[in-house]
Amino acid sequence: MSEHVIEELQRQIHRLKELSRNGLDLSEEIARLEAKLAALQTPHTPPAPPELDDWERVKLARHPQRPYTLDYIKLIMEDFYELHGDRLYGDDAAIVAGLARFAGETVVVVGTQKGRDAQENVRRNFGMPHPEGYRKALRVMKLAERFQFPIFTLIDTPGAYPGIGAEERNIGGALAHNIYEMFHLRVPIIVTIIGEGGSGGAIALGVGDRVLMLENAIYSVITPEGCAAILFRDAKKAPQAARALKLTARHLLEFGVIDEVIPEPPGGAHLDPPRAAQALGEAWQRHLRAVKGITPERLVQLRAERFRALGVFEE
Amino acid sequence: MAIFGKKYFKVELDRVERKDDEALWMKCKACNELVFKKKVRENNNICPKCGEYFFLTAPERIQLLADPDSFEDISRPIVAADPLGFVDEDGQSYPDKIKKAQEETGLANEIIVGRARIGGYPVILAVMDFRFIGGSMGSVMGEQICHGMEQAAQERVPFILISATGGARMHEGILSLMQMAKTSACRKKLADARVPFISIMTYPTTAGVQASIASLGDITLAEKGALIGFTGRRVIQQTLKQDLPEDFQTDRFAFEHGIVDNVVKREHLRDELMRVLKFFV
Repeated sequence: MSEHVIEELQRQIHRLKELSRNGLDLSEEIARLEAKLAALQTPHTPPAPPELDDWERVKLARHPQRPYTLDYIKLIMEDFYELHGDRLYGDDAAIVAGLARFAGETVVVVGTQKGRDAQENVRRNFGMPHPEGYRKALRVMKLAERFQFPIFTLIDTPGAYPGIGAEERNIGGALAHNIYEMFHLRVPIIVTIIGEGGSGGAIALGVGDRVLMLENAIYSVITPEGCAAILFRDAKKAPQAARALKLTARHLLEFGVIDEVIPEPPGGAHLDPPRAAQALGEAWQRHLRAVKGITPERLVQLRAERFRALGVFEE
Repeated sequence: MAIFGKKYFKVELDRVERKDDEALWMKCKACNELVFKKKVRENNNICPKCGEYFFLTAPERIQLLADPDSFEDISRPIVAADPLGFVDEDGQSYPDKIKKAQEETGLANEIIVGRARIGGYPVILAVMDFRFIGGSMGSVMGEQICHGMEQAAQERVPFILISATGGARMHEGILSLMQMAKTSACRKKLADARVPFISIMTYPTTAGVQASIASLGDITLAEKGALIGFTGRRVIQQTLKQDLPEDFQTDRFAFEHGIVDNVVKREHLRDELMRVLKFFV
């Protein structure tokens, strides 16, 4: 737009200068246009706010007031009906799953869920699921496939729970099967990392046709603390590890791991949850529209090809 | 040429010697006896005095399992890149770490993929080497496993994966995590081609690899002495601040909790594979 205006101004100035060679005094008019041109050519955008440090984003992603899965479901979807239990062992409150209405149709929504206070956090295990949580997620996602409901997954977990019971019930196998089975589901899957995308516990809900990420969310192979303890031999060096791991949405977009960064309100989603939810809901509608027309065969093929292509190496 | 060191190079299996084999004797970590190293190597790296298992390198593992002279390295000619520009606390860059691992192991990567025969049965064999940065899975391993599975699907021969790994490789960040999804996506090609996938878990098979491709076998075997689990023992101990069961994440633990089909002694592994492969001919 402004380029067009600049070109037009330049043409006018040129014409006036040619005319003035014939004895006409157009200096005042020329000066006025040149001033206008100069103003247009000087960048007048306000200075961008300083880019947040990666560690600051980690803190925002973990902010105790940040909207969680159920908050977004409530703000974006309607008539959420939660389903419980994996039909094998128990119900894991660290993962919520159920039916809802979105954009005029029935959808299935699955997500990891943190607690808002100490009591709820005990019940929800700080958003760290056990195998039964992932098996419930898969059960409900298969229900979605049976009825051709699109699936939305929301990820906000420090990781799968490191505990004895989790290992006894083969948490590794549960994660593996979710990853594998999600490649087979013949319905659209839209993944969103809304807070912490913690390693295997995140990718086990992270296979989809679109992978979106909120601006201040993080997604990483290991927590900054874990990486610092192992590679830097000091968990206190987590800020340094956070920068080294390149775990922010912007980095992940560059790596081709995610499709879109959803902007958050200034200061973070916790300062204005409805506005954050509105941006997310709009993105969901847009991406759902884009993948809905694709045949199931093509959908699973594209999904596999997308992940098959990820990786960087030298020939 | 890779900017930091060696390009991909093929390994002549019978020429790969262990760097640490200059010493003639070694002390067994289990029975504390001094044992003659040559005897240990001839005994599949099992202590001749007490039967303790020492780890096998990828070339040793291939020699243990494949018919003599049957192995043909078909790995893709690739080496690790440095997508994050990762430098650790000691100022060592990831490319330097790779180069050091290559020099110490004589291998280009942490995994070797090849065609082989086991008791005459043709297979595709993918074998990890724990010495190479803990056998961790980054972009190269993910690609090599996919390549092996695609080759197996195309040739319609069983795919055998032998894991010896600490999990995903931190130095490649999110791209390492994505290899869990990438290998799992590719695994479907074996199922579609009705090609069996035998996963063998050894000491150790943990974290990102256990939570993806290693747990997706049609048949899953644990080598005796294996360590199998998602989260490391130390991390769980720190989180729970309590003692863990003695057999936690051992081969027996995995068997009792239904995680593996069978536990097999190292010296029987080749025969066991032949027994299993027979059903799929």
